[in-house]
Amino acid sequence: MTMVVNPGKRDRLWRSVVIATPYLWLLLFFLVPFAIVLKISFADPLVAQPPFTAFFDWSADAGKRVLATLDNYRFLLEDKLYLVSYLKSIKIALISTGLCLLLGFPMAYAIALTPYPWRNLLLLLVILPFWTSFLLRVYAWMVMLGKQGLINNLLLSVGVIDEPLQMLYTDGAVYLGIVYTYVPFMILPLYATLEKLDLDLHEAAADLGARPLQVFRDVTLPLAMPGIIAGCLLVFIPALGEYVIPALLGGLDSLMIGRTLYDEFFVNRDWPLASAVAVVLLLILILPIMLFQRLQQEPEA
Amino acid sequence: MTETSGGNSANAGGACSGSPWKDPSQQPFIELQSLSKRFGQFSAVDDISLKIYRGELFTILGGSGCGKSTLLRMLAGFEKPSAGRILIDGVDITSSPPYERPVNMMFQSYAVFPHMTVEQNIAYGLKKEKLPRDEVARRVEEMLQLVQLPQLAKRKPNQLSGGQSQRVALARALIKRPKVLLLDEPLAALDKKLREQTQFELMNLQDQLGITFVVVTHDQEEAMTLATRIAVMDAGKFVQIGTPSEVYEFPRNRFIADFFGKINVFEATVVASDGQYLTARLDDSDTEIKTRHEQSLAPGSRCSIGVRPEKLLISTEAPAGEAYTVTRGVVEDLAYYGNRSLYRVRSQNGAVIQVSAQNYQRSAELLLEWDDEVFLSWESGCSVVLTE
Repeated sequence: MTMVVNPGKRDRLWRSVVIATPYLWLLLFFLVPFAIVLKISFADPLVAQPPFTAFFDWSADAGKRVLATLDNYRFLLEDKLYLVSYLKSIKIALISTGLCLLLGFPMAYAIALTPYPWRNLLLLLVILPFWTSFLLRVYAWMVMLGKQGLINNLLLSVGVIDEPLQMLYTDGAVYLGIVYTYVPFMILPLYATLEKLDLDLHEAAADLGARPLQVFRDVTLPLAMPGIIAGCLLVFIPALGEYVIPALLGGLDSLMIGRTLYDEFFVNRDWPLASAVAVVLLLILILPIMLFQRLQQEPEA
Repeated sequence: MTETSGGNSANAGGACSGSPWKDPSQQPFIELQSLSKRFGQFSAVDDISLKIYRGELFTILGGSGCGKSTLLRMLAGFEKPSAGRILIDGVDITSSPPYERPVNMMFQSYAVFPHMTVEQNIAYGLKKEKLPRDEVARRVEEMLQLVQLPQLAKRKPNQLSGGQSQRVALARALIKRPKVLLLDEPLAALDKKLREQTQFELMNLQDQLGITFVVVTHDQEEAMTLATRIAVMDAGKFVQIGTPSEVYEFPRNRFIADFFGKINVFEATVVASDGQYLTARLDDSDTEIKTRHEQSLAPGSRCSIGVRPEKLLISTEAPAGEAYTVTRGVVEDLAYYGNRSLYRVRSQNGAVIQVSAQNYQRSAELLLEWDDEVFLSWESGCSVVLTE
């Protein structure tokens, strides 16, 4: 006896497995944790384990079982600290994204125009920093930027400056750290779009009377837009919630939301408030993504 | 219909009439003077001089790597010549950038801007000239009519077929009313039926607009049907320049004879040569043949004589009159195409000769059969002496 397997049934099973996998992943590692954080954000802090009140009170009457409060969100609005650190984070993330774009676009373009064996080498150089620990690289910047650091010593010995510059623990150091760390995330998607760009299109535009800058504005830039948007999101999103770089390189006034969140969780042990901070941060992140999707759908409409 | 531009020339508004290249008093419209392009040690274009006249549909024909595309790119301004000059309508444009030349190009890939609609693509060149909006709109509309695409004005290129994309590319290049239109393999990407149609449309368009066309192609059939003149290019140089019938009927050498259609080549020994006619004895028969040839060759020297398959007469009986019987043979193979038949005849010394014959008579039976003994003959004006 041989077993007869219905191929149609098996195909359908496989298809459901393939489709279900990413959804399952999102459910387990995004939606469930997010639901927990959302739940905690509506609770009150407690000196207990866990340090917050329960969402359901089973001992109460049927109508009063849900114990939710908007106090944490109200507090976010009342205390200026949170608004300031959100705005500071957005400012730093936006400026860093802009700097990454300014730096990354010419680099990606140059790589895309480089002939082959060299092109792979350049791409390798772009991702090479990832082979050392991120933390180590930030510490290396501390060594270089410090009062007794490499750059100050060099400038002093040449005689350009008389006393060491304050470079470490400033906003400038934070920008430097973020741009340095995230520029590969800008270069790679930009390279991927620019590499596919048909050079005939550039020549066609020039042939029709466009000067080099007009060719760039009319042809290169619009066709590179998907890569620009992808690169900007890949830089903006992690930069917004960045904790390590401002903590190590930034000064006291470089208070970003990641630091505030850390302090609420581990210093103040106010989990509900920290959760509320995280939920608002997520909303700030989701808005640009929705905007991106809207932009992507437009050309087809 | 579009208006004709520049009325001061006798040829404006139509394809060139007559044969201006034969008239030394005619001013050339495009002039290449000792033009060269070297990439390192390699000469892609090697010291080429050429005169093209107003309203010509000039075709540069050659295999891949012969330098024809480099030549076209130098005309468009995408490559800088290593030496020599380019003049268009008397103006030296050798060092002008592409965006300042009175020349537009239709790319082989069409290079239609994918992020713009058909209309925006066509309008692009005029927008760069900063023309008033209503004039741009009027001329775009005119162009859409000319290339028969008004119903597709709002489409994006990814919604167009290959033939439609080509029309957009053509309209986009023509709207600037260039002095010269460059076409890089204009028919290569189209299927056979569309090719034939487009070919005639291109010729009509050129006739209507009177713009000088320079076409680059590797396809000899395309070159033959389109061109007023053909320049055959090989290894960076022109091998022969002439009208389609000149290069076909009077090929300068075997390379060109082979390039355009089929040719039978007979090896022969020169018997007499007087600078007008040449008499030679064919190797594979005792026949002496007489051919027009304006260069004198020493008696006893070797030469090759070419005859096109359609110039050969095939018959079962010895032909009478002016025709010279060349050889006898046996039909080894035949292919019936309906309008004509192609015969492969094995001559007495073993060479295979191809004959193409029109099927004048209507008959269900073949006029000649396999293994028939036949006579092959041609008239003295139909053969050509091939040098090299």
